Amino acid sequence: MTTLEGPIPEDSFNRDADNAEGSQGEQAAASSKKDVGTRSSRSLVWRRFKRHKLAVVSLWIIVGVYLIAIFADVIAPRPAGDYNPDYPYVAPQSITLTDPGDGRGFGLYVHGYTQEIDPVSWNRYYTQDPDELHKLGFFVSSGHDYRFLGLFTTDRKLFAPQEADAPFFLMGADANGRDIFSRVVYGTQVSMSIGLIGVALSLVIGITLGAVAGFFRGPIDAFIQRITELFMSLPSIPLWMALAAAIPREWGPLTIYFAITVLLSLIGWTSLSREVRGRVLSLRSEDYVVAARLDGVSRFRVIRRHILPSLTSHIIASVTLAVPAMILAETSLSFLGLGLQPPIVSWGVLLQEAQNIRSVITAPWLLIVPSAAVVIATLALNFLGDGLRDAADPYGGAR
Amino acid sequence: MLQFMIRRIGWSLLTVWLISLVCFFIIQAPPGDFVSVLMANAEADGRRLTAQQVDVLRERYNLDQPWYAQYWAWIWGILTEFDFGYSFRWNRPATDVIMEHLPFTLLLAGGSMFLTWIIAFGIGIYTAVKRYSIGDYFWTFVGFIGLSVPNFVLALVFMYVAFRYFDMSVGGLFSPEYVEADWSAARVLDLLQNLAVPALIIATAGTAGLIRITRANLSDELAQPYVMAARARGQRENVLLMRYPVRAAMNPFISTIGYAIPSVISGEVIVSSVLSLPTTGPVLLGALRNQDMYLAGSFLLILGVLTVIGTVISDLVLAWADPRVRRQHSGAAQ
Repeated sequence: MTTLEGPIPEDSFNRDADNAEGSQGEQAAASSKKDVGTRSSRSLVWRRFKRHKLAVVSLWIIVGVYLIAIFADVIAPRPAGDYNPDYPYVAPQSITLTDPGDGRGFGLYVHGYTQEIDPVSWNRYYTQDPDELHKLGFFVSSGHDYRFLGLFTTDRKLFAPQEADAPFFLMGADANGRDIFSRVVYGTQVSMSIGLIGVALSLVIGITLGAVAGFFRGPIDAFIQRITELFMSLPSIPLWMALAAAIPREWGPLTIYFAITVLLSLIGWTSLSREVRGRVLSLRSEDYVVAARLDGVSRFRVIRRHILPSLTSHIIASVTLAVPAMILAETSLSFLGLGLQPPIVSWGVLLQEAQNIRSVITAPWLLIVPSAAVVIATLALNFLGDGLRDAADPYGGAR
Repeated sequence: MLQFMIRRIGWSLLTVWLISLVCFFIIQAPPGDFVSVLMANAEADGRRLTAQQVDVLRERYNLDQPWYAQYWAWIWGILTEFDFGYSFRWNRPATDVIMEHLPFTLLLAGGSMFLTWIIAFGIGIYTAVKRYSIGDYFWTFVGFIGLSVPNFVLALVFMYVAFRYFDMSVGGLFSPEYVEADWSAARVLDLLQNLAVPALIIATAGTAGLIRITRANLSDELAQPYVMAARARGQRENVLLMRYPVRAAMNPFISTIGYAIPSVISGEVIVSSVLSLPTTGPVLLGALRNQDMYLAGSFLLILGVLTVIGTVISDLVLAWADPRVRRQHSGAAQ
């Protein structure tokens, strides 16, 4: 820092020496760079994060995905398990803006389906019927009651046909005539929550072990490091497969959901723990931590009050990067039939139906729609985590 | 160096022992055993096993012994006679089943490690040299897509495209005319051709991380004064790049490969199950579903041990290449 000239105003002690040199007017003008010393750490992180455009877009996408999960009942036109044997494997409908001229008025319509049976192979084919039109509407009554956020009972759906039993398959149907769009929307609830809960659990294990190892060092650290290495050296998918196969099949869907979440976090904590340990090791020699320790503050309090708060932004970044890995793990397990089981709808469970290449050839949307959901969510979370990691250290060099 | 090697190998032996315990407990964990699966299957067929038959079966497979006796018998057999127990489902020694499938797994895992390495190396150098260019953003984006698309979805898409547009039925490692053929140059070539796509699919998951690391390290090195000095002396840019900064940036590259091995093995299991390749993946899946415990446990053990060996080798190579690592490791272990 440069040498200071003249009397220093009281309030500039906590500012950069660069700042103290300039006049008040200059300081205000150069606020973008030079007020680093006065801004809170949090606002610096946020400012730096905003520079990463892709990460900001991803943040909004993730907010959108979680909103879909929260309001799944309103968004999905049909309940998750609602099937209709009249419409197996029907193709996605196209929405048309038209006026059929029968008094129903100008608006959005979808076509119905006609069935043709091949006289030789007895295969049934469904094509969209150009003459059969069903009017769509916003917040229409669907005939399927649900509790809105647990507050009151309603059957209004965001966007659905006005006749409750009209065919409405925006993204096609599966073998049992279940609406893929509705199922993917409900799958969002399970897949996105399993990522969050699983990471929360691994966070507790990871932070505790990482902070203890980094702070106490010595034999405790060596021991925890060995355990971490053991878990990291095991190939995770075969291990998950084996553990998941050990879950009794007769357990209820909800119990299996929690068991799978616990399994995912039992193996997923290692990278978090390593990250925390590395940060704690470098933080514990920082002056303010040494000062606190010399003041006779207890070890537990030093970790909790002085070290963990400055770890927060790094932890948030690592967590954001851990969530997509967990979502992918759940999807892979469920796809192999070792994870969640059919009454529960997750993206992986939906992809189970795409296991058979024959049904993918008949109905490509069985593969495309759920995997698009997985890719959008994990891609956005990865970009978000990448942006947060870059922003996590606002005092580092400009990048 | 010798001390470091001994310590590192000692720790990995301990790790291997812990892995064997974990594997054994996992295969013991499901309620019931192979005989109860057999009983359930028989009942589904309308037959019923007598209590005497069940007892005879249990005794024959050592299932009536306490767990530590079973563990000891299993481990002792592996150590002394290379006998991994008996596969109930295949009705053959587990060793035979493993040996039949393991070479393909090693080939596939090795191939995808190699591809991961080549791709990450090329793209990493390119993105570091042309930082913030359109090409940098493009390749970074491609890397992230590889990270975000589940391996099995890529495999399914590949199968779909091959079937739909090229009228090929994908599956297996050999084209139909070579399945039963004797080994020949043409058969090896056919194997490599069929191996390329699965290896590439598995490689997509691991490259993004490696690209980021290479890019970050090389960017740091490129800003060093020695690069400018070499440039000032008139060294050609390509020669300069490969001779100094790339070599200096390689270290973390070697160390991360150790941790890439588990992810490659994981990817192999899933992709092979989808593409029905004759590797360990589908066999392990079947063994887990049928509680064929010795086969499942042995596969888990072998995959775990292979991973440990790979990590140890990458650590030793790293320590040989960089004395700082040696010291750091011995410091942490004290």
